[in-house]
Amino acid sequence: MRNILIITKRELKSYFATPVAYVFIVIFLAMTGAFTFFIGNFFDRGRADLEPFFQFHPWLYLLLIPAISMRLWSEERKTGTIELLMTLPVTTTAAVLGKFLAAWGFTAIALTLTFPMWITVNVLGNPDNGVIVASYIGSWLMAGAFLAIGSCVSAMTKNQVIAFIIAATVCFLFTMSGLELVLNFFRLWAPELLVETVASMSFLTHFRAVMNGVIDIRDLIFFTSLITFWLFANVIIVDLKKSA
Amino acid sequence: MIVLTGLTKRFGGLLAVDNVTFSVGKGQVLGFLGPNGAGKSTTMKMIAGFLEPSSGTAEVAGFNIATAPVEVKKRIGYLPEGAPTYGDMTPASFLDFIAEIRGFDGTDKSRRVDEVVERVRLKEVLTQPIDTLSKGYKRRVGLAQAILHDPQVLILDEPTDGLDPNQKHHVRGLIQDMAADKAIIVSTHILEEVEAVCSRAIIIAHGRIVADGTPEDLLARDPNHNAILVRTAPEHLAGVEAGLAGLGTISRITRDPDGQNDPLLRIRGDGGPAIISRVSDCIREKDLNVEEVFVEKGALDQVFRQITTVPPEATPEVTPEAGDA
Repeated sequence: MRNILIITKRELKSYFATPVAYVFIVIFLAMTGAFTFFIGNFFDRGRADLEPFFQFHPWLYLLLIPAISMRLWSEERKTGTIELLMTLPVTTTAAVLGKFLAAWGFTAIALTLTFPMWITVNVLGNPDNGVIVASYIGSWLMAGAFLAIGSCVSAMTKNQVIAFIIAATVCFLFTMSGLELVLNFFRLWAPELLVETVASMSFLTHFRAVMNGVIDIRDLIFFTSLITFWLFANVIIVDLKKSA
Repeated sequence: MIVLTGLTKRFGGLLAVDNVTFSVGKGQVLGFLGPNGAGKSTTMKMIAGFLEPSSGTAEVAGFNIATAPVEVKKRIGYLPEGAPTYGDMTPASFLDFIAEIRGFDGTDKSRRVDEVVERVRLKEVLTQPIDTLSKGYKRRVGLAQAILHDPQVLILDEPTDGLDPNQKHHVRGLIQDMAADKAIIVSTHILEEVEAVCSRAIIIAHGRIVADGTPEDLLARDPNHNAILVRTAPEHLAGVEAGLAGLGTISRITRDPDGQNDPLLRIRGDGGPAIISRVSDCIREKDLNVEEVFVEKGALDQVFRQITTVPPEATPEVTPEAGDA
């Protein structure tokens, strides 16, 4: 546990030692703002809530999260520091968790910095702050799932560009799988059970459920088990890749 | 301290390390030699717990690397090839991280870091990002990382690669200082380094150990080891050669193509003891006109070439006739 936190601390420090952190945060804030006001019609819809803000998160994450996660492991492999890290007295699991937590903590920081949005909506009206808190938690959990996928993919390759593209694609599939467009394609030939399964894997479906203000235990389990699964795969891949 | 038993590593169809068995005790500095791709780094990676052996075992301080990897890693200081470090960190924060992960905190931690910074001379660059440091400093940061916790076992993969002669000297000094209470394995291409710091040398080729002994033992495998070199003026050359005939195999050495120095004769004994006294007696008796006489020590690189360029099936025997002339 101690080792996990030490690794998390080191990783977080290194985000802020380079421009990566600042570029990410600025772009994230600018894009959430732009989407909320221009595409989400925050003012025109005349309702005091943050739905226009949150509804674009999955799409933003699709672009931005793989950009964070792509370097997690492929950079270590490229520069050879993985050999250093894995010969320190830490387990692979601790290293995987430490890195993941740093990235997840970093998205928490970025997400927290959107607080002016919350203040704005509270100044303009009387929103249901419970729903907003739930949405923040849901958004953060979803970011965690995106990151876990990205981290696992990053462990597969030395090449960050490949890590980015594959992670973005996998995340895209997970996001899209709830849309009618995709489900209709499956309904054509697949049994109802499979369609349901595909639909239930959708980030959108689960995130929308949380955005409605209800933190259902099933949605929590969905995101946490998804994170656990991908991180578990991550540990296995790191161990396998290092021996080859 | 380090015990390898039948250590083997395959990458797909490639046999990188083939049944390597040796042990290194406390106080020993083992020089690990071999051509590129011979399996040196792979062997070291297995001892350090980065790679899993395909078969065989590696034990460090009594712990098996396969069953107790973390215990082994606690007791090892490892400098990977190329000394990778986190380039965006400063040496100060990097060493701080290493100290924490090695289990030190508070004043103990800062004492360790200060000590190691002093030892490898990093003080003046402590707050610069590692990426901006010269190769020599980067290497020293890597070395600092490996010795920070005063490990019982030290595995250094080419610790002096890319350093200037002064830095090399310094690093060798460090290794010698630490040698007394540790088991150290150093891989290197630089053969003089083996003579300078190692109490034992192992040469590995095609994944197999082909020679194991003290640097002196290895030198003795040079066919020119203990040969006598006699320098004489060109006009006396034939006379001296005739005078010394019968003592051993005599060959003229044409090491000096532009004729700056007087020519040399090499007299290689036939295995008998102390050919030097017979040669000097002979010179005195016959009053041969020579300028200088000296004993050849043999050259490690000659031995190295001989041992490692023979195909693996025919390896270990060094044939006495295979010298240059």
